[in-house]
Amino acid sequence: MSLLKITNLVQRFGGLTAVSEFQADIQEGTLNGLIGPNGAGKTTIFNLISGFYVPTEGTIEFDGTIINGKKPHEVTALGIGRTFQNIRLWHDMTVLDNIRLSQHYHLQYSLSGAIFRSRQYYKREQEIKEEALKLLDIFGLKDKADEFPKNLPYGIQRRVEIARALSVQPKLLLLDEPAAGLSSTDVVDLIDHIKWIHENFDITILMIEHQMQVIMNLCEHIKVLDFGKTIAEGNPEEIQKNPQVIKAYLGDEGDIYA
Amino acid sequence: MEKIRQNLFIVSLGAGVLVILLLAATGAIDLYVQTFIMFMGVNIIFATSLSIVNGYMGEFSCGHAGFMAVGAYVASVLTVIMFTPNKLTGVPLLPPSLSIVLFPVIILIGGVVAAFAGLLVAIPSFKTRDDYLAIITIAVNFIIVTLINNMAVIGGSRGFMGMRKVIYTMTDVFQFPYMLFWVITFAIFTVFIIRRFVSSIYGKGIIAIKQDEVAAEIMSIDTNKMKLVAFMLSSGLAGVAGGLFAHVIGYVNPGSFSILKSTEALVMVYMAGMGSLGGSVISAILFTLLLELLRPFQILKWVIIPLLLILLMQFRPEGLMGDKELPDFFPKLKKFYKFK
Amino acid sequence: MFTSLLQNVINALQWGSFYSMIALGYCLVYGVLRLINFAHGDIFMVAAYLGFIFITFLFKYVFAGGAVSGWLVLAITLPVVMFFTSLLGVFIERVAYRPLREKGAHRLYVVITALMVGLVLENGNLALFGASSRKFPAIIQRSVLSFGGLHITNLKVLVIIAALVTFAFLQMVVNRTKIGMAMRAISYDKFAIPLMGIPVNKVIVFTFILGSSLAAVAGVLFGMSYPVLDPYMGMIIGWKAFIAAVVGGIGDIKGAFLGGFLLGFIEILIVSFFSSNLKDLIAFLILLIILVIKPTGFYGVAKSTKI
Repeated sequence: MSLLKITNLVQRFGGLTAVSEFQADIQEGTLNGLIGPNGAGKTTIFNLISGFYVPTEGTIEFDGTIINGKKPHEVTALGIGRTFQNIRLWHDMTVLDNIRLSQHYHLQYSLSGAIFRSRQYYKREQEIKEEALKLLDIFGLKDKADEFPKNLPYGIQRRVEIARALSVQPKLLLLDEPAAGLSSTDVVDLIDHIKWIHENFDITILMIEHQMQVIMNLCEHIKVLDFGKTIAEGNPEEIQKNPQVIKAYLGDEGDIYA
Repeated sequence: MEKIRQNLFIVSLGAGVLVILLLAATGAIDLYVQTFIMFMGVNIIFATSLSIVNGYMGEFSCGHAGFMAVGAYVASVLTVIMFTPNKLTGVPLLPPSLSIVLFPVIILIGGVVAAFAGLLVAIPSFKTRDDYLAIITIAVNFIIVTLINNMAVIGGSRGFMGMRKVIYTMTDVFQFPYMLFWVITFAIFTVFIIRRFVSSIYGKGIIAIKQDEVAAEIMSIDTNKMKLVAFMLSSGLAGVAGGLFAHVIGYVNPGSFSILKSTEALVMVYMAGMGSLGGSVISAILFTLLLELLRPFQILKWVIIPLLLILLMQFRPEGLMGDKELPDFFPKLKKFYKFK
Repeated sequence: MFTSLLQNVINALQWGSFYSMIALGYCLVYGVLRLINFAHGDIFMVAAYLGFIFITFLFKYVFAGGAVSGWLVLAITLPVVMFFTSLLGVFIERVAYRPLREKGAHRLYVVITALMVGLVLENGNLALFGASSRKFPAIIQRSVLSFGGLHITNLKVLVIIAALVTFAFLQMVVNRTKIGMAMRAISYDKFAIPLMGIPVNKVIVFTFILGSSLAAVAGVLFGMSYPVLDPYMGMIIGWKAFIAAVVGGIGDIKGAFLGGFLLGFIEILIVSFFSSNLKDLIAFLILLIILVIKPTGFYGVAKSTKI
């Protein structure tokens, strides 16, 4: 079943066309990759899906609802979690708070509940805390619950950010360069980790990545962008052999793994 | 026993308030000290309410006195026309003795109107941040003050008075230090509300906005709504401070809510440290104390205080308490007060 | 009708010139340091007082008795006041702002410090000179130039020319000189610039000298045009000039300059068509509406956050 269906997506910034005629049909439960040289429009597509930009043309349909024009927090509440290229944790808040705050969309109490401490308030705060701790436990981060992200090593920060994205209980997870800035051993861990998430959380994943090792190991389906246009798509083997992809990455000749 | 110890703070706070009220009612502490305590209370509300926006949400609102003015004028005009003979309606609209019951309600109405005035800043804040928003807050402060200046009905630049008589209608029924009671009650109430707000997951949304607005939005926080709530809560409480201030002094004029008054609030919040509620309370108390102690120096007072603050900044560039609360400095305090 | 309109335009130009010259000072410091230098309006006030003191001194001891050209007095006064005002500006930056910057204090703490410096200057002055306002000595004989029904005093011409000249000078410094390039560079990237071998602190000191000298010119001319000085004169005019700078687009000299004139025009037009009581109210409402519609002002560039 199709979870995310993007038709004729176009995004222009002034005279620049960042994304043109982008199509995608992402099936539920699949692991997808989006690759392309710098400035190809990959992150722009993520920003369009998550609601930071309103597309110039085209539609984005998620789980049966048209989501273009919706605010990011509304899109998130519908079930799309996301991480960022440069980690965007709340660095002066504990790891536990980072996870807890992402339950904002279904708090079920509001200002008066918070001030008068309604029964619902206690119930929800308790539930949210338990769920958050459970999630941290699954991610092996329980001992980090009271630490500030800024004091944690980069690899752990990445992991916290992924955990935070999962805490909104998304159906679709968008990972923007999860391997950026990681050491080679961390990258190997990350690949296992994403595989494990994909299997255990019953989730669809769309990821942007520059490290071919990650993409080729994980993704069943890959799309290649260059200058806002889709130049190729297919499974890893097809992409590796595609002459246009090789050209986009390396100029006229060479090997993707070079 | 355990329960009593954990609530020792609340018990002692209540006892303290009771003692002050008793002393005031019997005349053991004179009007001068009472007025001083009331100024302290008003300043606590004024400072802590600004700390919602400037401390926790990380915006730079410099026009807080404007909202105080709205609350002050709305509450004053209401109490005066409701309970005393006046120029606007001639006879009081309600039986004067009702003032005992309705006084706090009217103060709250002043707060609600001020909260709506807060929309003047809250709505631009959806699109604007940082210094540009700061300018909007300054402009709003100027607009509110000049607007009152031009409203001849409520006295214009000459000011508005008659609140003293409102207090007399209350004491005529029953002798009691009403203002002292209400100022202390509202001050405690304010700190309590803000503490509960910023410690709930709901209210922590504004701290998330301060630290990373993009992340807040993507993690399902409705940032516009949270800004609206924060600005309205902040300006509403400033309005409460204004209503009380007007009735403590018995007279208001637009000049007392100028940018200079807003600066006082800024001083208290940043002296405390951004994001420390306890700090704001302490610095409001210190600031009021300092103003009183330096009174003999007259105008030099306003040279000494800024100089002290400049010095403080040099030694503690994060303010007195940074973003920490009292128990972070004195862990033993936790024993006596369990925050719920 | 037409002449009265033209007369108003000239008044607005003169009034706007003051706002512009002060706004430029805010803009310079903001452009380089991202610091709203709230003390700037008070530096302008101090400059006016310095002019007053120095001219009084000149008449009492140097030119006592002898008839002397007012232009000569002005020519001596301006550089002296500019020098001392710059000294004050640099002193403030050195003692109050720089240590905070170096300690890595939160940006807003520097802003609060600037507010406090402003208070010290205002009230220090009040303590020193008392509450009674001072009269700025008339050094230049006012003469009225008439064109048809239009009357312009020589002072008005002087003020408008001064504003234009300072603007042209600043444009040249910022856009054509090496140190101007360094100023622009610092505003782009505080961290990389020291690595390029640019002496950041020297550039900042230079910025303060420029800004304070501008305030000095504005202060002396203001004293000559509206000869009543009081310690709070810098505060209101300073806040207004700053808002004007933002409406024009702070961070761009052109924006601040035009913003100042815009505010001048708005105020003069309100005064001549409505009433002077409503001046501030309507002026601020207009500025607020402009800011809500275009938050970065006319020439400002929105800093977009990269996601």
